[in-house]
Amino acid sequence: MYEEYAVVMKGIVKRFPGVLANDHVDLFVRKGEIHAIVGENGAGKSTLMNQLYGLLHPDEGEIYVFGKKVDMKGPRDAIRNGIGMVHQHFMLVGNLTVAENVVLGSETTKGGFVFDLREARKRVKELSEKYGLHVDVDAKIEDIPVGMQQRVEIIKTLYRGAEILIFDEPTAVLTPQETEELFEVMRRLKAAGKTMIFISHKLNEVMEISDNITVMRLGKVTANLITKETNPREIARAMVGRDVVLRVEKPPHEPKDVVFEIENLWVKDNRGLDAVRGVSFKVRAGEIVGIAGVAGNGQSELVEAITGLRKIEKGKVTLLNRDITGLDPRSLRNMRMTHIPEDRLKYGMVLQYPAYYNMILGKHWWEPYSIRGFLNHPAIFEDSKKLFEEFDVRPRNINMLGGNFSGGNQQKIVVAREVSSQPKFIVVAQPTRGLDVGAIEFIHKTILKLREQDVAILLVSMELEEVFSLSDRILVMYEGEIMGEVKPEETNFEEVGLMMAGKRLEEVRS
Amino acid sequence: MEKYWGFIIPAVSVIVALVIAAFVIMAVGKSPIEAYAIMVKGAFGSSAAIVNTIVKTTPLILTGLAVGFGFRAGVFNIGAEGQMIMGALTATAVGINLGWAPPYFALSLTIIAGMLAGAGWAAIAGYLKAKTGAHEVVTTIMLNWIATYLSSYMVQVPLAVGSGTPKSPEIAPSAKLPILMKVGPMEMSAGIIISVIAAIVMYVLLEKTTTGYEVKAAGFNPYAAEYGGISISKNVTMSMAISGALAGLAGVVELMGVHHRFLGTLSGGKGFDGISIALIGQNHPIGIIFAALLMGALRTGSNEMQFAGISKHIVMIIQGIVIFLVAADRIVRTMILWRKRKKVKA
Repeated sequence: MYEEYAVVMKGIVKRFPGVLANDHVDLFVRKGEIHAIVGENGAGKSTLMNQLYGLLHPDEGEIYVFGKKVDMKGPRDAIRNGIGMVHQHFMLVGNLTVAENVVLGSETTKGGFVFDLREARKRVKELSEKYGLHVDVDAKIEDIPVGMQQRVEIIKTLYRGAEILIFDEPTAVLTPQETEELFEVMRRLKAAGKTMIFISHKLNEVMEISDNITVMRLGKVTANLITKETNPREIARAMVGRDVVLRVEKPPHEPKDVVFEIENLWVKDNRGLDAVRGVSFKVRAGEIVGIAGVAGNGQSELVEAITGLRKIEKGKVTLLNRDITGLDPRSLRNMRMTHIPEDRLKYGMVLQYPAYYNMILGKHWWEPYSIRGFLNHPAIFEDSKKLFEEFDVRPRNINMLGGNFSGGNQQKIVVAREVSSQPKFIVVAQPTRGLDVGAIEFIHKTILKLREQDVAILLVSMELEEVFSLSDRILVMYEGEIMGEVKPEETNFEEVGLMMAGKRLEEVRS
Repeated sequence: MEKYWGFIIPAVSVIVALVIAAFVIMAVGKSPIEAYAIMVKGAFGSSAAIVNTIVKTTPLILTGLAVGFGFRAGVFNIGAEGQMIMGALTATAVGINLGWAPPYFALSLTIIAGMLAGAGWAAIAGYLKAKTGAHEVVTTIMLNWIATYLSSYMVQVPLAVGSGTPKSPEIAPSAKLPILMKVGPMEMSAGIIISVIAAIVMYVLLEKTTTGYEVKAAGFNPYAAEYGGISISKNVTMSMAISGALAGLAGVVELMGVHHRFLGTLSGGKGFDGISIALIGQNHPIGIIFAALLMGALRTGSNEMQFAGISKHIVMIIQGIVIFLVAADRIVRTMILWRKRKKVKA
């Protein structure tokens, strides 16, 4: 049965307490194709793949690999059936070399006992040359870039004899150039007859690399599409269940007085080097100032310094005509500065706290949440429920622990909390990283609503598209300095791209 | 189910530990049933036994609370022993000079002095961590030794009295805790009430107050706490101080309720027992009361077992296995879930 398919999953049902993660899902993957699985966060993609990789066992349904019915009890069974997984978070040992990492767990040996490094190096080299996966076999993992680490992961699966490779959101950690290199590798693997399953929610990537697309929503398959015959709009509709605006409409809005200002700000990074070097700008009420730049050019340090999380070496920060240089986060919050942090897991949430406690983090000492030093639980519950409704956080369970929500819903909790604190000035860093189209649309609309309410907004994002569609003014940051200020309607990607690479506006325009 | 793990895991661990220890008792040629019967009788068999168990339990509750509070706040206070010594020592210095004072005044002053001393001693480690990043495990161990030798000097030179074992004079009668019950030579002081009140106060502090919210947030995720306007350095110092105050109180009740004078053996490792008790009690105030009671009962019962010719070190085996299983809670989870799954299949 199903001989022409590499993978067939039929009628898969997987339940978790209170959630139907996979509801009679069918998946057909042809031999030698690149098959994309797309869907919102929490749609059940990862659950489905974890069952194919033997990490979870389906409650109902059957799995066929190359026409043979299989019952997998763990990843070992999956590997034996020729299935390999390239994880989103790499499973590599930092202080071992590439070759050592590849063979780890099934080492080449001399006489069945002694580890044979020479043989391991030889085999890794063979694989890397055969599929054009350029790696340095003797380099330590911690010394090589992320893109190469990912190639090591791919070689690892091939070394174990994988014919079917599952890529779990492989591009989330890559730069655009590295993504292009990955796609090149995938094309080469395809030419060599490998089958690939590609999980993503970046629609342009899916359009570029896949042959067929399975769209999931709320645990069910909502569409099976042929890539050549579809378009991003159709995929987005199947993902979200309604028409999605891929780029929000920004109505004209006149900014008011200056709310926030920094002058000649200098900040050091964790290694003690200057990360922000003499940055100055103003943000007015009802205005979105966007900061564009390649990751690691001082944006994180800038945000942390502004929000009181990092020491300011030199310079002056003013909020509502008051000098706030060096104030702690608590005082800044009392002055109605709020912050959507770029790393919601590290800064934005206490994962072990229930959602209702996460909803008050950073205003927990305010009335009505705290009265004479005691928490006012009824008020906390009531406001959390209200915000869950207003921001459509799913599931609607304020008692669930923060860590048990999907990424998109965690972000909604953070956004709901920061937006509902009646900010005068809000710092928004990477608000849509890792989110799906539906959630992105929602968060963009929320930010624009704040602009209409005359909040001053500083937006920091690596997504150029996002900076362009939301900002009133764009500042481009490179190596801790501002390369220039442009208005989105008076510039283009190319001009901003050149500034991101270190050219000043004067040089670009001369 | 998830909600009840905190209770199920220690309970199952205790049962498993008793079963394993039973085999050890059999291996040395004794009857485990008989041994356990003697132990239970020794701990709860008479009013004298019960009083004895409660007296042993009282300071253990407080040191358990001290360490447990630290864990909730994300600090590992391994220095409860030293803080207990400093609490008792300071309470002694105050208590022996209060002959003139009425009981309510003498009692409260002595208790507060002891708690402040414990708090201050622990706060040193907290402050060092906040300001310099010095790890509290290292600094509290160092402070333990300082406390040990300081107390030993105090009872040998400035506060010394009599001959033989170094000891301080007795504290004023008005500074002794009232006796609730007296069975033969055994006296149960109001210390047990103080311990239970301390547990309730800690529960309310952690679960109902804004301070508790901040302490736990800092313990779970210091980055998010700092982002949310919670000062980590302030919290570390304060959490250590609260933890130390509880440990100091353990020394105070031991002094004012049992020995009435400072002896070198007064703390006797109870501060370190607090670590095991916090672990078994899952850092929950109520759980800690029961864990301390278990430990107190095992200690009392083991003395009786000794008379029946079974080494009291069996108790150490039981204690060790319980801690092992609670710490490696996955083992117990797997055992329970495995049994459940087998039942479902059958």
